Amino acid sequence: MKINFYALKAIYFHEMDRFRRTLIQSLLSPVLSTSLYFIVFGSVIGDYVDKIDGISYGSYIVPGLLMLTLLTQSISNTSFGIFFPKFNGTIYEILAAPISSIEIVIAYVGAGATKTLLVGVVIFLTSLFFADVNVKYPLLMIFLLILVAFTFALFGFLIGILSKNFEQMSIIPTIVITPMVFLGGSLYSLDMLPSFWQTVTYFNPVVYLINGLRFAFYGVSDFNIWISISTMFLFLIICITIVSVILKKGYNIKN
Amino acid sequence: MNKDLITINNLSKVYDNGFNALKSVDLNIKEGEIIAMLGPNGAGKTTMISIICGIVKPSSGKITVDGYDIIKDYRETRSRIGLVPQEISLEQFETVFNNVSYSRGLYGKGPNPRHIEKILKDFSLWDKKNLRLNQLSGGMKRRVMIAKALSHEPSILFLDEPTAGVDVELRKDMWKVVESLRKTGVTIILTTHYIEEAEAIADRVAVIDKGEIIVVDNKVDLLKKMGHKKLTIELQEKINIIPEELKSYNLTKSIDGMSLIYNYNLQAERTGITTMLQDLKNVGLKMRDLKTEQNNLEKIFVSLVKENNEN
Repeated sequence: MKINFYALKAIYFHEMDRFRRTLIQSLLSPVLSTSLYFIVFGSVIGDYVDKIDGISYGSYIVPGLLMLTLLTQSISNTSFGIFFPKFNGTIYEILAAPISSIEIVIAYVGAGATKTLLVGVVIFLTSLFFADVNVKYPLLMIFLLILVAFTFALFGFLIGILSKNFEQMSIIPTIVITPMVFLGGSLYSLDMLPSFWQTVTYFNPVVYLINGLRFAFYGVSDFNIWISISTMFLFLIICITIVSVILKKGYNIKN
Repeated sequence: MNKDLITINNLSKVYDNGFNALKSVDLNIKEGEIIAMLGPNGAGKTTMISIICGIVKPSSGKITVDGYDIIKDYRETRSRIGLVPQEISLEQFETVFNNVSYSRGLYGKGPNPRHIEKILKDFSLWDKKNLRLNQLSGGMKRRVMIAKALSHEPSILFLDEPTAGVDVELRKDMWKVVESLRKTGVTIILTTHYIEEAEAIADRVAVIDKGEIIVVDNKVDLLKKMGHKKLTIELQEKINIIPEELKSYNLTKSIDGMSLIYNYNLQAERTGITTMLQDLKNVGLKMRDLKTEQNNLEKIFVSLVKENNEN
């Protein structure tokens, strides 16, 4: 199979250039907001909360906050990446170029995931200033971070393709993802909830992602790690399927 | 005779809203020629270009570029094509050099700073290579659009209304660029509203209206075929009616009665001018002056579109 490597490279570095141009917005704002979470929840309130599963509260919330950043960043980076050329009209060039739909997805999702991982690393390093963090399974942590970054970058690509304006693009991260992360045990253990709400939470897929990452960090989780990994792969497969169908039909891009 | 580089067979396009933009269009474009597509707004010019370039999906029909099918062999066909769309669409916060280099990569070509430098110099953009696009004037942005389309050294260039809204100086510059590209063997397809543009630079002209090609012909032949001439005879004295002896010439009288107008076809065996002037003298009309005018492409275009609307 012929692959247009130069085009892949062109799109990837074009996107990374945008990241570089907007470094303050791209890097500083997530670092600042996450630091505030660490200060308020970890340092201030955390001192009044008992240890959970033998872990201090400040350390317990690190995987959840890291996941919050990963999800919001991967979605917003990639959705903006593909939406912006649609918005300013430069999409014509991508559509007229000798490049397949799959290559377009790989380039945008690759760049989106890379930016997310860079932000993730910075957030992780920031957390070391506020909490004791000793990662128990570092390879598992890296694997999960990469998997989540790519999966949600793909989800972001989907949102960017389907969105017809900026409002539509921001609505899913704001009204779906952020509440799912906060209600998905990012700041607490499911054991702390009444049994009814525990049951409700089982339908929130983000719970499995946060617990998977928490397991990689501290070896504790509300679920078996394989349930978490399977959930991520399931979501990845769903995203790949939807993106493939949409690109094949040219929905919202070609007519 | 140059070979057919682009062949369009039975091409139709119906948009989702039911608009029938193209109706079974057939057209062959020869290697190395400049063909101008003339047509009113909504005629289907941009749709046709967009389909060939891969931006719009055709409803039916087949197009080949250099023998390759535009859908099955899209990598082969698209790598040969450069496109300058109607709208100026550029990454405003990126520099001129990066914008043009990005296009080259997108079309599957490795970095070649010397080639990019040559293009930028050709378009007087070299001294602006490090400026961001939002720092350039409209005319300069238009140049960047063309530079981007040429960045991957295409053998076919589509110019969709390249000089719409640009000043006369830039328009003439564009024509020079097109002329120099022709010399390098690039096949150029341009759509335009400016008939003088087609007249100035095209080899062939295709007139499109309501999704159909009304006529495709060599520009010179089209002018000859359709080019009726008009002879205006200014008289020394006013006349109220055209004398009976001159009826056979189908003359028309000007409103002020001071001139007569005679239409004739240059392609006809006899134009009838000599006998008409003789008869004019015989009935005692004295001439002050004579003036001839040839139909230009604009008049031909208007009459073709009008004819098409009446049919």
